Amino acid sequence: MKITFPHLGNTYICVKSILDDLGIEYVIPPFNNKKALELGARYAPEMMCLPLKINIGNYLQAYEMGADTILMAGGCGPCRFGYYSQLQRAILQDAGYDMEIITLEATRGVGDLIERIRRVIPRNAAMLSLPPILRRAVKIAKSTDEIEMLSFRTRAREKEPGSTDRVYKGFRQNALAVKGTKNMLRLIKDTESELNEIELDPGAYPLKVGIVGEIYTGIEHFASFEIQERLGRLGVEVDRKVTVSNWIIEHMIKKSLHLPRDMKFAEAARPWLGAMIGGHAQETVGNAVLYAQKGYDGVIQIFPFSCMPEIVAESLLPAVENEMGIPVLSLIIDEMTGEAGYMTRVEAFIDMLEQRREREGYEGGWQLSWN
Amino acid sequence: MDGNYLGIDVGSVSTNLVIINGEGRITAKLYRRTSGRPIQSMLEGMREIAEECGCPAIAGVGVTGSGRELAGVIVGADIIKNEITTHAVAAQSIVPGVRTILEIGGQDSKIIILKNGVVYDFAMNTVCAAGTGSFLDRQAARLGVPIEEFGEMALRSLSPVRIAGRCAVFAESDMIHKQQSGHSNEDIVNGLCEALVRNYLNNLAKGKEIREPVVFQGGVAANKGIAAAFEKALGMKVMIPEEHAVMGAFGAALYARQKIMNESSPKTKFNGFSVMKRDYGTKSFECNGCAGMCEIVELMMDGIVQARWGDRCGKWSSSVHYGHRTIS
Repeated sequence: MKITFPHLGNTYICVKSILDDLGIEYVIPPFNNKKALELGARYAPEMMCLPLKINIGNYLQAYEMGADTILMAGGCGPCRFGYYSQLQRAILQDAGYDMEIITLEATRGVGDLIERIRRVIPRNAAMLSLPPILRRAVKIAKSTDEIEMLSFRTRAREKEPGSTDRVYKGFRQNALAVKGTKNMLRLIKDTESELNEIELDPGAYPLKVGIVGEIYTGIEHFASFEIQERLGRLGVEVDRKVTVSNWIIEHMIKKSLHLPRDMKFAEAARPWLGAMIGGHAQETVGNAVLYAQKGYDGVIQIFPFSCMPEIVAESLLPAVENEMGIPVLSLIIDEMTGEAGYMTRVEAFIDMLEQRREREGYEGGWQLSWN
Repeated sequence: MDGNYLGIDVGSVSTNLVIINGEGRITAKLYRRTSGRPIQSMLEGMREIAEECGCPAIAGVGVTGSGRELAGVIVGADIIKNEITTHAVAAQSIVPGVRTILEIGGQDSKIIILKNGVVYDFAMNTVCAAGTGSFLDRQAARLGVPIEEFGEMALRSLSPVRIAGRCAVFAESDMIHKQQSGHSNEDIVNGLCEALVRNYLNNLAKGKEIREPVVFQGGVAANKGIAAAFEKALGMKVMIPEEHAVMGAFGAALYARQKIMNESSPKTKFNGFSVMKRDYGTKSFECNGCAGMCEIVELMMDGIVQARWGDRCGKWSSSVHYGHRTIS
């Protein structure tokens, strides 16, 4: 049995270290790329959303590398993602690829989930070692997200353009070679200090933009045409609340253990969207409001074409925009999206934020905060 | 400060050049078809405008439009700006206090809303090219009407014909249908103008508050039929600047002027009008350095690589330095 799993931002770092520790054989598909998207778009139904298509591309590229079993997250209810693994199983079968998908979900109870996990874990693996491994894995998920947020900060302020990219891309590459959760935590720590050592421009006064929207297109660099990195290179500091670790901690751990969750976004979204309607729609609206309250210059919403929850959020955002006075740009992505037109909008949006900030600073007479 | 500033807008359908003086007034302008050959068209344009005003000394250059990257490298631009921003600044310079800009170009259309003199909101067509210049071009050709007379013809319509404007393809088939059921060309042309305006207002302007003063610009603003349809649909007066077709280039020149004027020791990166004598060519290839497989474009001047772009990692673009920082 050779395991593989789809890409989602830095998730591979966390998953691979667990698999290493347990001595499970696996292959990681190449980072998301055009070829993966082309393959996926060829086999997936046209009207399915972009993440599913890229997933399929990941599987097929991993198949070429010898993978036969896929680990895929599942769940019940959030959006079409809930039936991704069922659909993907059928797609692979129709296309004639003999691959098994193990869906990690507890829709039939925790016992069933454990049963599924045990199918992957070799018999001789010490089950007692599992809890500390998982504890470290959660820490990895959390700290990789923190590193990414740190890179957003340094990229917008670095003195020498490209220093952050060098460290961060190097980290993603090195993580492929590092084995096990302990070593991974060490690599993350080293990377963090490298990022902290990047010389920053003390006079930098970056625009601040919050990224909201569907989770996959927000997190996965390839799916958003690297918008966060590009904004950083333009000297814009971005922030994103929806992350992998947030998802694991808030949605998987706290929800299943019935612990109190961080619901600030739901509170903030209430005047516009008082209920959870699937996907991350409530997070999108709520976080846009929170960004406005924190004095961000703008919000960019990203989502795949045909994503229902985000379409609802998109139609609510103009009201948030007007009432909270924060500019919002919505970007919709699928395999047909033209990069040039997309970047023209992003550029124009940033120009607009800059002009607005200058004008408000001049008219409102407020102080520069230099934070 | 004295000096002339050159603005170049390399669009999908037209390539426009503008020269402004130190006060920001247009002293020369040129509008020509891109005809699918952006480099040639731009170089020809530079030759023409140089002949017209005798190769004036240029203190700064700005480029815009969908071909801005390419154009910027060739001429040595001081500033490369997207077309939304340049259109806004140009309209503000001609109509101070403008609140709404309707812009329809060859292949895209935009709406820009301004508040207190800054861009407040904008939208650009994403999926459908109905209502843009190239669509009108095609329909004019189908009807056998020169595009220049299209607008006048619409104004002569006596009874309006309603044409489905949701989608360019359906608009075309509906138009053929109307033609076959015997409507006059004037009425059909007018119906088409109204359908396109409806499409524009429904798609781009949805949810946006259109306030006066309204400026209509871009190549399609030359079409009186469309302008009249806008006035009718909005119930507002729509202003069309004399320079409507070259507003992007004008805005780029204004940006170049501002950039140079703000510099303590201004020096333009302009390569001079002599670039038009050079031989340019491009080549593209797929990089296999990583899984990203970026499409790299290489620009050559007289056989020597001048610039590369299209990579996400900077491997190719940083291997040749052309001295400006862009979004890619």
